[in-house]
Amino acid sequence: MDVLDLTRLQFAVVTIYHYLFVPLSICLAVTAAGLQIAWMRTNNDKYLHLTKFVGKLLIVTFAVGVVTGLVQEFQFGLGWSAFARFYGDVFGPTLAIEGMLAFFLEATFLALWYFGWERLPRRVHAATIVVVAVGTLLSAYIILAANSFMQNPIAYALDPETGRAHLTSFAELMTNEVVLAAFPHTMAGAAMAGGGVLLAIGMWRAHADPAFTTLGRIGAWTTLLGGLGTAISGDHLGKVMTAVQPMKMAAAEALYETTTGAPFSVLAIGELGHDRPFFSIEVPYLLSFLGTGSFGGTVQGIDDLQAQYVAEYGPGSYVPMIPVAFWTFRLMMGAGIAAMAFAAFYLWKNAGFTKRIPMMPALLQPGTGTPRWFMKLVLLAPMLPAAANTFGWIFTETARQPWLAFGISTTAEGISPGLTSAEVIASLAGFTLVYGLLAIAWIRLVVHLSRKPLREPEKTTDADPEPAPAY
Amino acid sequence: MITFWFAVLVLAWVLYFVLEGFDFGVGILTPILGRDEHERGAVIRTVGPFWDGNEVWLVAAVGVTFAAFPDWYAAWMSALYLPLVGVLLLLAVRGVALEFRGKHDAPSWRRRSDHLLAWSSGGIVLLWGAILGVLVDGLALRADGEVAGTGLSRSLGPLFSPAAGLGALAALLAAILLGATFLSLRTTGPVRRRARDLARHTGTFGAVALLVLGVSTGNSMALAAAAIVFVAGLQARRAREATAFGAVVVAVAATVVAIFTVHGDVVLRSTLDPAWSLTRESAAAGPEALKIITVAGVLILPGVIVYQLWSYWVFRRRVASERVPS
Ligand code: HDD
Ligand code: HEM
Ligand code: HEM
Repeated sequence: MDVLDLTRLQFAVVTIYHYLFVPLSICLAVTAAGLQIAWMRTNNDKYLHLTKFVGKLLIVTFAVGVVTGLVQEFQFGLGWSAFARFYGDVFGPTLAIEGMLAFFLEATFLALWYFGWERLPRRVHAATIVVVAVGTLLSAYIILAANSFMQNPIAYALDPETGRAHLTSFAELMTNEVVLAAFPHTMAGAAMAGGGVLLAIGMWRAHADPAFTTLGRIGAWTTLLGGLGTAISGDHLGKVMTAVQPMKMAAAEALYETTTGAPFSVLAIGELGHDRPFFSIEVPYLLSFLGTGSFGGTVQGIDDLQAQYVAEYGPGSYVPMIPVAFWTFRLMMGAGIAAMAFAAFYLWKNAGFTKRIPMMPALLQPGTGTPRWFMKLVLLAPMLPAAANTFGWIFTETARQPWLAFGISTTAEGISPGLTSAEVIASLAGFTLVYGLLAIAWIRLVVHLSRKPLREPEKTTDADPEPAPAY
Repeated sequence: MITFWFAVLVLAWVLYFVLEGFDFGVGILTPILGRDEHERGAVIRTVGPFWDGNEVWLVAAVGVTFAAFPDWYAAWMSALYLPLVGVLLLLAVRGVALEFRGKHDAPSWRRRSDHLLAWSSGGIVLLWGAILGVLVDGLALRADGEVAGTGLSRSLGPLFSPAAGLGALAALLAAILLGATFLSLRTTGPVRRRARDLARHTGTFGAVALLVLGVSTGNSMALAAAAIVFVAGLQARRAREATAFGAVVVAVAATVVAIFTVHGDVVLRSTLDPAWSLTRESAAAGPEALKIITVAGVLILPGVIVYQLWSYWVFRRRVASERVPS
């Protein structure tokens, strides 16, 4: 591997890791806010205990999200300084605004909420967690807008002297059609990720406290509705992508020739070369529908696009890695559908779901609990959505290659000059080691927190009378 | 106007080094001032609600640097690749150690967290000090704005310069002073007593060291800092905890301002040819990007400062470190 490949690998590893925790933070913050409001409305203590429990999960997850996010902030300068120079002007303001508008809110108000149970009036205290939830959504939106610039560069002008991109309108940058489509999609994906974790804990600990069954149901509904959300928003995102990066969607189907009424293959066995694979399950016309919104629509093929790009940008290959694009796209959808099925089965088995529909209970004879064999699969609940998110990003980012910012700069041009493999190997080893340890500590802590009795009286360490204020 | 954006940037860096400075100091002092698990818990609770908000000042400072002066951001970050990766890894360990410590009751878990916290805080302070020292000295900037050389020698070489060593030691001293005065202000009981003693001793030592430095280099900033640190030491002796902490804060803030303005208009000095140095004008971003920074500096940051102050007010009570028989 040369230094470019290593730096790309490092970027991918570090970013994917960050994105394992981020969706959890987003979903847990929103859930904690919802539970606390439910508690204030109903005065049912069950919700109070669940709020505190979800709050603890949130705070440990958030800590990992924060420290890995910090790495993200520096990455553009460390490994991609040419890219940072080229459009620091576009990218810098987004990062600065994100930090000041969103991260300060999240960090300050999460601490106020977590430590403020006895210090703040009830309503003010509830408001702090709502602010945290809004903060996480804001930061996700802003960073996605930055990413959308790379998918579909707009709102910039190239400086004729230096060849650099200058921002022309921040408002336009923030309303890129790609971010408008990607934000609902990623947030639905985040709901699935957090829902999966809550569902798993609810299932696993159901015998310890009935409140955990409530948690499991909340998790399952979140996963299920999030799943529907990803499908609807993903369909829209696919259309936007077909318009702005037709090569990406052609690669996702390994479609070489421009086709009218193109089919979508659910599965394929064999090489994804110019000859169609020897076995594939196809749904006729579906690709045309996904890409253009009409079953008879025309989807451009890889060969035509390649020829078109050579004419436009000069000689070179503009084709991303076809098998990666093809499979990550399907794995994303497949893992998402599997997670939805899992949640639906849980809801069916734990009543709640069918009870309210007349006749259904009698017909389906829902069980009163989770079958044993199903319990053994409990880890699938958090892992499937995490996998779907990861595959989604690998697809998004690798199928944009060779471009870093589509149509204006390539990945190879972005890397820091003078960077050598030795440094990247050293840093990659460091990240792998530290991130590995963080993951182990995080898992141990989540398991430990879930094992504790939910209604255990809060053990405050300051058993002494309130000391005097320091200022 | 460039002066205004530069001021926003310096403000963000100053707040970062002052605020994280005291929580790094508290981290370093955890095993020194906290003699047992209970006391260490008390030490850590003094920064529990604040450290994350403090750390965001780094995000803000880096963000503003990137936004207002992309060339500057690109030049020193890619040149100091490995030291910065070191800072990031240690920050990761430290943040998680702080946050995870109290969530598990096993003594071994807590002991390990305390060690990780102290060593990582110390390491970060030394590295930041060294990096600031190197930045004051300047880097081997070429005409194209990149730093000459490649690989490990470019990345690690500057760390072995006298400026880096001096910076690292000064930073360690500053963090210990900030941490000790902060702890004496924020706790009661044995930790408060020990913190006050420590502040007194390091205050005297720090003032003498700065005085020697100031006299030998003729640097008036160092002399001023020596005077302020001396005052801090005196105040610690008289148990004026808030004034002592305030004095150290002023000294650290002044030092950071000095670091960013030593070369006047030049933000990053080239050690190869002065003409290749990065100046505020040559490193600045385009007008639309700078407009955003203006909005942020005028509209957003004051709000942030207000609600952060509010959080310091909400958690204004001292943390008790004495054990109460129960
Ligand atoms: C639980 C997560 C999850 C699930 C179940 C799905 N997705 Fe997804 N998808 C993501 C999580 C995700 C993501 C991680 O959030 C991505 C990566 C980048 C982005 O904007 O969203 C993504 C990207 C992404 C893209 C590429 C966008 C781009 O290049 O910017 C498309 C076209 C789709 N998705 C479409 C779908 C469709 C049609 C789905 C049908 C069921 C689907 N996704 C399920
Ligand atoms: C919104 C913020 C994001 C920005 C600005 C961003 C930007 C970048 C940049 C600069 C690169 C390196 C150049 C390259 O190899 O293409 C890259 C690659 C990559 N990113 Fe993203 N990214 C973002 C989000 C993510 C997320 C959240 C993930 C995954 C969870 C991700 C996954 C990847 C992967 C897998 C690559 C490697 C692709 C390759 O090298 O072939 N990205 N992205
Ligand atoms: C490569 C681009 C990215 C950069 C530079 C980046 C930067 C950061 C930073 C610096 C933090 C820590 C904030 C703090 O200290 O409080 C953070 C956390 C966060 N990031 Fe990222 N991030 C990136 C990718 C993403 C993506 C793609 C999303 C979501 C779609 C996202 C959403 C969040 C959220 C919601 C948080 C706060 C919650 C948490 O810390 O877990 N980030 N990010």
